[in-house]
Amino acid sequence: MNLEELKKIREKAQKDVELRQKQARIRVVVGMGTSGIASGAREVLKTFVEEIGRRNLTDVVVTQTGEKGLASREPMVEVFEEGKPVVVYGSMDPERSKRVVVEHIVNGNPVSEYAIEVM
Amino acid sequence: MMDEIASHIMDIVANSLTAGAHNISVLIEKDNEGPLFILDIKDDGVGMDSETAKKVQDPFFSTKTGRKVGLGIPLLKGTAETTGGTFSLTSEPGRGTRIRVAFNAGHPDLPPLGNLKDTILVLAVGNPEVNFLFTYKDSSREFVLDTAEVKELLGGVPINHPEVISFLSKYLDEHL
Repeated sequence: MNLEELKKIREKAQKDVELRQKQARIRVVVGMGTSGIASGAREVLKTFVEEIGRRNLTDVVVTQTGEKGLASREPMVEVFEEGKPVVVYGSMDPERSKRVVVEHIVNGNPVSEYAIEVM
Repeated sequence: MMDEIASHIMDIVANSLTAGAHNISVLIEKDNEGPLFILDIKDDGVGMDSETAKKVQDPFFSTKTGRKVGLGIPLLKGTAETTGGTFSLTSEPGRGTRIRVAFNAGHPDLPPLGNLKDTILVLAVGNPEVNFLFTYKDSSREFVLDTAEVKELLGGVPINHPEVISFLSKYLDEHL
């Protein structure tokens, strides 16, 4: 396996990149401050990234941000979807993250039991 | 406390990101037999003047000021010093910041390196606009991943495209 193989992906993916609007349909932002990292934010971010990759969700982008300022509810995740309220999830872990991917991101139903704020 | 060196890396890099860095390099150098264990993180973020650079190393400074830099620096410094190692932070406003730590690898309080693969993967794809140069060296091998090179090979396809994420995950499994 070497990096040159990325060129194949480039040829294959170029089309759906062109189709894909500049703006992703859904943006998932994981808080990665000190307390978030200490409480497992990396595993949460990794779960989102891998699930999005595995399901080939080309219209979803996962990014990280700094401290969210509510250390007791870290790791925290915000889900931004155009035209819908922002949902903030707290005390996330890989299992919860998988459920958010399936129920919220794929099926459009936010997981109310993990949500700590809707903005 | 951070239970892994990889978590320290994640946290220090988070500071670089907050500082608006576009280029971040992370070097880990280990001697399999000897006590050498270096962690060197450099960024081209906004940097700090010498007074601020001193303050961010003090864990008790943070609460009163609402500074943007978290506890990551004092925690890393603490880990370095607990193992009998050294910590240095150099920074220049407008130029960037460099943190270099030498741990004493033989010390029982040194946390394990931890999951470096996931750390590299999430940093690279979670911050598509930033270029990362990751280097891991030990007595038997050297691994380098330059995300600027990855992006160049990808042309217009973003580094956080699902297929690229899957590729990088497998690539790291195989090479790191």
